[in-house]
Formats: sequence, structure tokens, C-alpha cells
Amino acid sequence: MTSTYLPDKRSGPDAGAPPPAAEAARGRGRRRTRLWLTAVAFQVPALVLFGVLVLLPMLFALYASFFRWGGFGMPENYIGVDNFTRLLDDPVFVGDLWRCLVLVLFSLVVQLPFALALAVALNQRIRGRAVYRMLFFAPYILSEAITGVLFAMIFAPDQGLADHVLGAVGLDGLGGEWFADPSTVMATLFLVMTWKFFGFHMMLYLAGLQSIPAELTEAALIDGAGPWQRFRHVTLPLLAPTLRISVFLSIIGSVQLFDLVWVTTAGGPDHHSETMAVTMFQYGFKRYQVGYASAISVAMFVISLVFALAYQRFVLRRDLEGATTTLRGGGA
Amino acid sequence: MSDRKTGRNLPLHLVLVAVGAAMAVPLVYAVLSGFKTTDELSRNPIGLPESWVTSNYTDILGTAAFWQLVGSSTLIAIGTTVVVVAVSALAAFSFARFAFRGREVLFTLFTLGLMFPFAVAALPLFLLLRQLGLLDNPLGVILPQAAFGLPMTIVILRGFFQQIPPELEEAATLDGCSPLAFFWRILLPMARPALGTVSVLAVVASWNNFFLPLLVFTDSTWWTIPIGVQQFQGQYSAEYARVFAYLVLAMVPALAFYSVAERQLVGGLTAGATKG
Repeated sequence: MTSTYLPDKRSGPDAGAPPPAAEAARGRGRRRTRLWLTAVAFQVPALVLFGVLVLLPMLFALYASFFRWGGFGMPENYIGVDNFTRLLDDPVFVGDLWRCLVLVLFSLVVQLPFALALAVALNQRIRGRAVYRMLFFAPYILSEAITGVLFAMIFAPDQGLADHVLGAVGLDGLGGEWFADPSTVMATLFLVMTWKFFGFHMMLYLAGLQSIPAELTEAALIDGAGPWQRFRHVTLPLLAPTLRISVFLSIIGSVQLFDLVWVTTAGGPDHHSETMAVTMFQYGFKRYQVGYASAISVAMFVISLVFALAYQRFVLRRDLEGATTTLRGGGA
Repeated sequence: MSDRKTGRNLPLHLVLVAVGAAMAVPLVYAVLSGFKTTDELSRNPIGLPESWVTSNYTDILGTAAFWQLVGSSTLIAIGTTVVVVAVSALAAFSFARFAFRGREVLFTLFTLGLMFPFAVAALPLFLLLRQLGLLDNPLGVILPQAAFGLPMTIVILRGFFQQIPPELEEAATLDGCSPLAFFWRILLPMARPALGTVSVLAVVASWNNFFLPLLVFTDSTWWTIPIGVQQFQGQYSAEYARVFAYLVLAMVPALAFYSVAERQLVGGLTAGATKG
């Protein structure tokens, strides 16, 4: 331990006894440096791991996106922003953006309200609610790839369960090619996504609902508010922070969607279910246009970043501490 | 529950049963189909098996390839969990218990990582791993998975460490305990529930990962279960019943794990989401 009472070891012309206050400050300064070093020492493993395997690759993708590069040796053929202008003219990439938007909208309009309704239902004292909760959440812990293969089998044209069931109830007309038909592939994909992910959002909402004090809804009940009014004016506003986070996670999930698409359709038929990540994979790992694929990575990064910052700035601001307040402090 | 109440809730029960059926049918269908022959599956797709054929399941369980997948998945999940929890615990301790210059910037850096999909870094990460000679090496999956798991794990552990009263650390320091000794001998044993939660999350994330093993493992030595499922379906695409049996066996470990660790999983996922 550094003590302020240790004799001064400085030598030289000003080595006389310093005023006690200055001596104490110097001791505090040294102590603070020691504390800082201790604190940072604990961060070193995390910083190395994160820096080398998360930040460095991202920076390298940014660098590589300015080259025409096949992925071997170092990038040499500098082409400026050509990869990015090509991106904006690429009907597949522009289509990726549209498809992403469609998935986001459907998630917000169908999947999340569905999850919310079930959360409200299961938040009541109702027979079997533990079983329902477990069952609805179960698909979330399955691998996306395994889920994808399962549903590729279920939606196999003619052979699969879906067509058999529709045939059995006399709705053959509704059956069809599912993943293989450009006009139904996105709807089928969305159906599988809902099956897999709504339980997660439902669990978030249930956790949020359980933190709402019962007194508040009871007070509204005494004031004569009906069920809808209680939900609309008491439950919903108090659930808002949870809803905002669930929307955020849902959108980020749509932006990065890969596994499910890759094992069911690989982006087909004819790019009709392709996502940004699939396009990136195709160019980077199948066609060896690594520079162009890097540009797609960078575009995904920028989209995520802009969205995340904007969302934090304008939507999540009131809900979070730490990262948000720091960002605001640094940005404004 | 009174009869009147049950009656009033009838529509709600109907909805729940319908949704429950929609959730369960794909899984039950896969299990039943695994007990049929592919011939029977095309004749009798929906009903119970005429005779319960177990050979689809037992054949798969009898192959070394399947157990190799289970072994790789297990090894990689454990490796990832050990690395990410150990490294995150150190960092979270520093974030929670020290007020040091640069803390907020550093923490923001990690929380930003929370928002970035792995897909963004996949390609350059592959190039880096190739450069480091980590392709077809389990470390090539373990280390990146741990790195991408850091933000969530740090956020959860930091929250937990902050709840431990500062008096405890002061008392320990007065008794001559160094920060490292306090961390190791007092904080970590107290944090067992939180460590359990983040471990469960790390195991599940690793177990289900598909993209990274797909990139890193070009030959089958280290394939994990999700890769194995995709390969098996490609190889035996005509033998529907066998693929279903394979799918079921591939899902069993995750579902079993879920039934054991439901509390940590759900608690951790909701805490991780709301705190991040």
C-alpha cells in the first residue's frame, strides 16, 4: 500500500519536505493509478478477445470493401466505392432490403401482437398455464437450422404434413409449393419464424406483466374501467419499456436472418427469400467475390448501427441506463 | 376454479388449445414419423404408425457419426462456456466494483457489441481464422463464440455484482484481502446463481449455432449437430422417415436441457434482454 507517511524519496534541489497537502495528493494520485491498473488488468482478457475476434474483423471488412478481391493474399485492386455503388444497383441486394422490411412489418403487426395477447392470457390464473408457457417457449431453444429442416419436411410439396392436413379437411386448393413457390415462400418463412420466435417475446411480456403491481389494475377496476380500458390505459403504458426492447430485438433478428433461410430455401426460388446475410454468404463463400461480400457486411453493419443508435436515441432513451446515458453524454 | 369462471374462460381455453396444438403438432408429427417406414409415411402420413418401427432411431444411435456430432457439440459448448464466463466475470467485476477512468467508454463498446449480428462479422472472421490456421479446429468456433457472447454475459454479471453490498468488499479489504482474492474467494461463490444463468445461456447459444461451424468446419471431423442435421437431410432426402428420426434425436438434448434448466434459461433471457 502507498502511504502518505512514507519518507519522500525524491532527490535533487527541491527535495525538501513538501507541504503535507501536496504530499497527500501525490499519494492519492499514485493510489489512483494503482487502482486504475488493477481495474484495467481485469478487463484485459475480455478486451483482447473482443478486439481480435469482433472489432478487428469488422474493421478489416471495411477495408476489404474498397477492393476487388477474391479472398486470397492481400487485397490489392483498389476500386474506391465501386462495390457500394454496385450494391445499390444490385436487384438482389435491394430486394434483400425490401424483404427485410416486409419481415419486420409482419413481425410488428402480426407476431408481436400475437405474443402480447398470449402473454396477457397466460398472465391470468388459468388452468394449465405452466404447460402452455413451456410449450410456447420450447421452439425458441431449438436450433434454427434444425427447425428449418423440420419445416422444410413439413412443407414439402405434396409429401409434407401441411398439404396432407389441408387435403384431409378438403382444402387442397390452399396447399401448394410453399417454400418452392415465389409467391408463397415469404409467407411460409414468416409462419416458421412466428412458430419459432413468438414464445420468446411472450416470455419477455410475461416478465414485464408480472412486474406491474396488481394494485394499479385493481384501482382501475374499482374506478369502473372495463377490461379493454384497463389494458389500454394501465397495462400497456407500463409495459412500454418491455415492448420497445422486444421490437428492437425482433428487428435486429430480421436484419441478420440466415440459418432458417439457408437450410430451407438457400434464398430461392430465384432469390425470392434471400436475405442480406444469405447474399453475403453467396458472394463471399460461393463466388469468391470477397470484396463485394465485404461491402454487403459493411452495409449490414451500417444498417444495424444507424438503427441501433437511432432507436437508443429516440425510443429507448427513457428505459436504459449505462450505455444510453453514456452515448447521450458523448453525442450531445 | 368455479364452474362459472371456467365457462367464461371457454373461448380463451379454445384459443390456447389451438395455439398449443399448432406448436406441438410439428414436433409430435416428427416423433411419430420416425416410427414409420418411408413407405408407410407416404400412405399414412397423419395417423399413428401401423407398427412401431424403431429401426430408424436405433440405426442412427448405432452409428459413430451421430455420437461424434454429440461429442463435438458438447466439447464446443463446454469450451465456449468456460471461456466466456471466466473472461466476462473478470471484466464484469471490474465494471461493477471499480470507478476507473474510461469505464463508461469501455462498457459502451461492449454493449454496442450486443446489437451487432454475428452475420456482419462472419466473412472477415472466416478470413482471420484462416490466417490463424484455426479452420477445422474447435478453437476456431469456441473463441469467436466466446467473443460474441461477451457483451450479454458481461451485462448480466455486472448487474448481479452491483447488487452485492459494498460493505462486504470494504470488510474484506480491511482484513487484508486483495481485489483478486475478494473476487475469487467471496464474490464468485456468492454469484453462483448468476454464473449458472449465464452458463446455461452460453451452452444453448453454442449448441444451436449453425453459421460459424458451417464456415469453420470444412470436413466432418468437428461437425456439430445442426450441421449434421443439414448434411443428413441432404444425403438421405428421399428417406423421409429416417430424416424425421434424425431430427427428433437432434432435438432431444436441447429439449431435455430446457426441461432441466427452464428457470435459468427464461430468467437469463429476459434479464439479458431488458438489461441490455
